[in-house]
Amino acid sequence: MGKVKLPDKNGRFGIFGGKFVPETLMSALDELEKAYLKAKRDRAFQKELNYYLREYAGRPTPLYLAERLTRELEGAKIYLKREDLAHTGAHKINNTLGQVLLAKRMGKKRIIAETGAGQHGVATATAAAMFGLRCEVYMGEEDIERQAINVYRMQLLGTKVIPVSSGSRTLKDAINETIRDWVTNVRSTHYVLGSVVGPHPYPMMVRDFQLVIGRETKKQILKVERRLPDYLVACVGGGSNSLGLFHPFYKDKVKFIGVEAGGLGLQTTKHAAALLAGSMGVLHGSRSYLLQDRNGQIMTTHSVSAGLDYPGVGPEHSFYKETGRAEYVSVTDKEALKAFELTSELEGMIPALEPAHAIAYAMKLAPKLPRSKIIIICLSGRGDKDVQIVSEILRGGKK
Amino acid sequence: MSRIAEKFEQLRKKEEKAFIAFITAGDPDLITTKSLVLELEQRGVDIIELGVPFSDPLADGPTIQAASERALKNKVRLKDVLGLVKDLRRETEIPLALLTYYNPVYKYGLERFVKEAVKGGVDGVIIPDLPPEEGKDLRSLAQKMGLDTIFLVAPTSTLKRIKLVARYSSGFIYYVSLTGVTGVRERLAEAIKPTITKIRRFTLKPIAVGFGISNPKQVREIASFADGVIVGSAIVRKVEENLGHKGLVREVGKFVEELVAGIRDRE
Repeated sequence: MGKVKLPDKNGRFGIFGGKFVPETLMSALDELEKAYLKAKRDRAFQKELNYYLREYAGRPTPLYLAERLTRELEGAKIYLKREDLAHTGAHKINNTLGQVLLAKRMGKKRIIAETGAGQHGVATATAAAMFGLRCEVYMGEEDIERQAINVYRMQLLGTKVIPVSSGSRTLKDAINETIRDWVTNVRSTHYVLGSVVGPHPYPMMVRDFQLVIGRETKKQILKVERRLPDYLVACVGGGSNSLGLFHPFYKDKVKFIGVEAGGLGLQTTKHAAALLAGSMGVLHGSRSYLLQDRNGQIMTTHSVSAGLDYPGVGPEHSFYKETGRAEYVSVTDKEALKAFELTSELEGMIPALEPAHAIAYAMKLAPKLPRSKIIIICLSGRGDKDVQIVSEILRGGKK
Repeated sequence: MSRIAEKFEQLRKKEEKAFIAFITAGDPDLITTKSLVLELEQRGVDIIELGVPFSDPLADGPTIQAASERALKNKVRLKDVLGLVKDLRRETEIPLALLTYYNPVYKYGLERFVKEAVKGGVDGVIIPDLPPEEGKDLRSLAQKMGLDTIFLVAPTSTLKRIKLVARYSSGFIYYVSLTGVTGVRERLAEAIKPTITKIRRFTLKPIAVGFGISNPKQVREIASFADGVIVGSAIVRKVEENLGHKGLVREVGKFVEELVAGIRDRE
């Protein structure tokens, strides 16, 4: 399947990526890379992973023609890749099953992870429970507040949720704290990073575990439409669901559109659009686009969606931006909320606020295109976790 | 020879060890930092590490994180720390190294950073999230212009990595005594001495040990086999305890003098 040599052996996507971490972690990253590459070539590992993806996570997920949404927008045909139907309600499970299985092979006894919206935390807690490994998840205090249900889900799954009170008290700081834990317990512990960010080999490995999204999509669209789509649209926080969808189409004539969180608008400082409004920098182990001030201090971000509320972005996305392979756009909180409501009403599915961003952009794009065009949106997760926060906002409570 | 290398050479001739003190620049403000540097020199400190405040100090424990936050609140940035060194150089020749995360340096521009650092009188730079293989560009610029690049060895470093760090580190080699972040620990980690012996098989460069060292007894123990002892969080904690007190500089000075005595009273 159209394989692309990204990253290179130093973990670089062009000038992006790399391994900018404390020396203590360097050997662990080497060990992880070796173990991962070995597992990737090992048919027994792949077979086992596929078994769990199918029987446990419920894959393949459907590619659903959103008929009413298509009709409403009077333009291109819209398909939704239903990652919301995967076990735990988001694409995150694809990665956590892979990584936890790998950790088990490596003989690690303990799993740690960061989480923003809580989806990755829940998916990690789930995989750890199923494989019988001890699990602790770091979560910013602000996110704990806005995603209370996911906190309780993790606890039910036997995971300890550790509140992070430093810095902006969101995803960025949860990652800092998880790295600090990993530096301390590196010999016994595997860090299940949830997105295509961090030091090499994470951006490559997480992407690889998410490729299943794009590979299934390709098969499914060829089956129903007998051709490839014209556009792939997905939200980009760290960027794992989007790369999972995009990457298998890398060499095809298909447009990639990544949708960043525009928050209150890019003209304000309250957004999380690293690719559109950021500059090159180094955070959490890799070189990529970054929201930072002119002194290189990392900025506090804002998005209505906790899963997109992150100042960095995966290095492969930065590479796609530099090379023009993908186009990046943003939508505001308001637009995402509108898409959230419209999708619920028209399609009978409540999307998570993260993919609501992708849908919001497709709502602008589709009407400009003829009916013969095809757009596939990654519906990366379901919105149950967001119902409370949305109801508060729409009732005019919180801003 | 750089001021750092020269200091180690002088000490070696006297069969003495280096006491290296870390403080966060701008904690609680730059004027205090300046007084602290001069005070610490008076109290017998050989080399000073100045921490550059950063929003995401992921190799640091709570004590230095808090110091970094205090300094950032005072709007102290890399350029201000460079200015502070320049100012200090009118009054002291004590070797000064900056301890900074990579992003502020990267954003400043590597060449501009190295040039201004050297011109201002900075002797070395320690970047905890920049391993030698990612630090090639900085290293070659620094070498050309005469700035030491101090890389770190950790307890988890393989032989291959020890060799790499030993080869590319200049000024000294920073041995991180434990797997973890900075911060005061009650007891020293195990197996520090054998690791130092291992590193010495590959290099004649001085080796200083840091992370988790906080009292005179620990200082003495480390100094019995390493070339230098680095104390950070314990000193920063002393600063924190004395915030808002007029006697801050003197109190911290007294505390550090006791630590230094851990080395000097051996003879």
